[in-house]
Amino acid sequence: MKRQTGITDIFKNNEFVLIVAILIIGTIFTILKPNFFSINNLYGILVSNSYLAIMAMGVLVVLISGGIDISFTATATVAQYVMATIIINNGGNMFLAFLIAGLVGLALGSINAILVYTLKVPSIIVTISTLNAFYGLLIFITGGKWLYGFPMWFMDKNLVSFQRADGSLFGLSMPITLLVAAVIVTWIILRFTTLGRKVYALGGNPEAARRIGINIFKTQLFVYGFMGLMAGLASVIQANIMLTVAPNALIGRELEVLAAVVLGGASLAGGTGTVPGTLLGFFLIAIVQNGLTMLGISAYWHKIFIGMVIIVSVSITAYQRKRNEEKGAVIDVR
Amino acid sequence: MSDNKFKISMNENFTLFIILILLVITFSIMLPGQFFSLGNFQSMTFQLPELGILTLAMMITMITGGINLSIIASANLSGIIMALIMKNLLPATPTNFETFWIILLAIAAGLVISALIGLVNGFIISFFDVSAILATLGTSTLLEGIALVITKGYVISGFPRGLLAIGNESIIGIPIPLIIFIGVAILVAVILNRSKMGLSTYMMGSNIKATKFSGINVEKATIKVYILSGLLSGVASIIMLSRFNSAKAGYGSSYLLATVLISVLGGTNPNGGFGKVSGVVLGIVLLQVISSGLNLLGMSQFLSMALWGILLLAVEGLRLIKRNKFTF
Repeated sequence: MKRQTGITDIFKNNEFVLIVAILIIGTIFTILKPNFFSINNLYGILVSNSYLAIMAMGVLVVLISGGIDISFTATATVAQYVMATIIINNGGNMFLAFLIAGLVGLALGSINAILVYTLKVPSIIVTISTLNAFYGLLIFITGGKWLYGFPMWFMDKNLVSFQRADGSLFGLSMPITLLVAAVIVTWIILRFTTLGRKVYALGGNPEAARRIGINIFKTQLFVYGFMGLMAGLASVIQANIMLTVAPNALIGRELEVLAAVVLGGASLAGGTGTVPGTLLGFFLIAIVQNGLTMLGISAYWHKIFIGMVIIVSVSITAYQRKRNEEKGAVIDVR
Repeated sequence: MSDNKFKISMNENFTLFIILILLVITFSIMLPGQFFSLGNFQSMTFQLPELGILTLAMMITMITGGINLSIIASANLSGIIMALIMKNLLPATPTNFETFWIILLAIAAGLVISALIGLVNGFIISFFDVSAILATLGTSTLLEGIALVITKGYVISGFPRGLLAIGNESIIGIPIPLIIFIGVAILVAVILNRSKMGLSTYMMGSNIKATKFSGINVEKATIKVYILSGLLSGVASIIMLSRFNSAKAGYGSSYLLATVLISVLGGTNPNGGFGKVSGVVLGIVLLQVISSGLNLLGMSQFLSMALWGILLLAVEGLRLIKRNKFTF
């Protein structure tokens, strides 16, 4: 019992530490560059990171279930190509774009789930293989061509537009709306549904989960399917922001998203992680990048800062856990 | 029991071997006189060593149950350090003697940097108990950042001929990179199978608690493995530097996941405890045959990338069937 509270304490601490870190870093940037704390800038940070944050919701669910998914950027790229090819050639509407990309993502995610379940190989290995397979086949078939020439309606970045008093337009932007929707849905599933509880149970102790009668396959199908769905939907947002589909726009960023989710308190061992924590972790990395850019510090330094942030934060968390475990010796009978 | 296990691992390598032979026969029929030719074998043996050595760097950490995602960033950084030393110390018209010593100094510096990186990785993983994925993901980002700041993203190129020989020349028809790879592979095999360090490496991957209680200093053993892993990526970076005749942050980034894939294909258990050099060598040869064959057929390299992934999944499927046969 004591161990249980220990873990939740660190967990609360983690979110608290992230908020403090964000406030301190935010204040420093605001003092140095007053523009930093402006609606425009913060809004810009949100929009330009929205699609990665949507994918992060999927990664969070996979990590909680005790798995890991490296293939989601490949899934997103495949979804983007299928969606863009159909939309550019046949037209359609925004809903159709999301539907196509979402379905493709769901399908590829389900393939991951089936492979993880049947092959009994660690998910990192399965998803590295499917990353190679999905992406390799995609580029082999499409020749890695860039796609552009989206229809006019696709270029609209707002779902609803309003007019300010001075006549300028502002609106409820698509990236933000979808991000908010993804966050709320993920939060509700994880927090209030049996399905969410099953995901936590599976990650916490798969054998115990199986013995209390949780259908592991169905749960994994949901977990990887959800990851694929998020990747698919996020890919439409990315295409909508860039207005082009490029083969190398998303691939290679999988570890970046993973780092943000882990920074937010999800553990690779499974069973822990929350939506607010993930958002905070994501936001911390995003404001550091944005602030450094505003200060005119060369982009080359960003990686150094982010690397330091990851190393320091995971070391502190892990060290705390190690000390807690040493305090109360736990005999783990397997 | 152990006899049975031995048989299974023999069989696993055997499966790969059969696949390899089938592929070689298929490509030889499809590409008469082209695939089964001295030229093709030479180009294959020039391409395979750098990825092979990087895979060994990945494999030894996987045997302990860890992983090292920083091998590529580490190789690039030590490559850049070597490049800068040669660029800055070599006079405009160096004597042979000067060139030799400066190349040696550069290589030594590169290896020291690689070992240091390994030390840092091992330290973070063992003393803070950070999972290896996260620790090395962090150091990888940091190292790439340092490499970018040093080079400002530019390519450093143009090295003395003595260095270029390492990656491009042959001794009695055998490419020097291949000789280095064979040497390194034998060395790693000896360490894994014949030394105390090798024994503790396998033990840590099987059961870390039992290893601790059997009196092995797990922290020290972990650090040693990551230092060796760093050193191996340093050796790979010497070959890369000389083959590309340039150094840059971000070279070879597609190698990272490939090394994990080849390790597992060669029978390394991603949960730790199992893994052999012979399996890795077989795996790397297999993938090189696929790449070269498809390349000669005029297919895109992305098809071979896809096939690598599909092949690993298929082999894992075969292993699953075999495992079930043995247990039931």
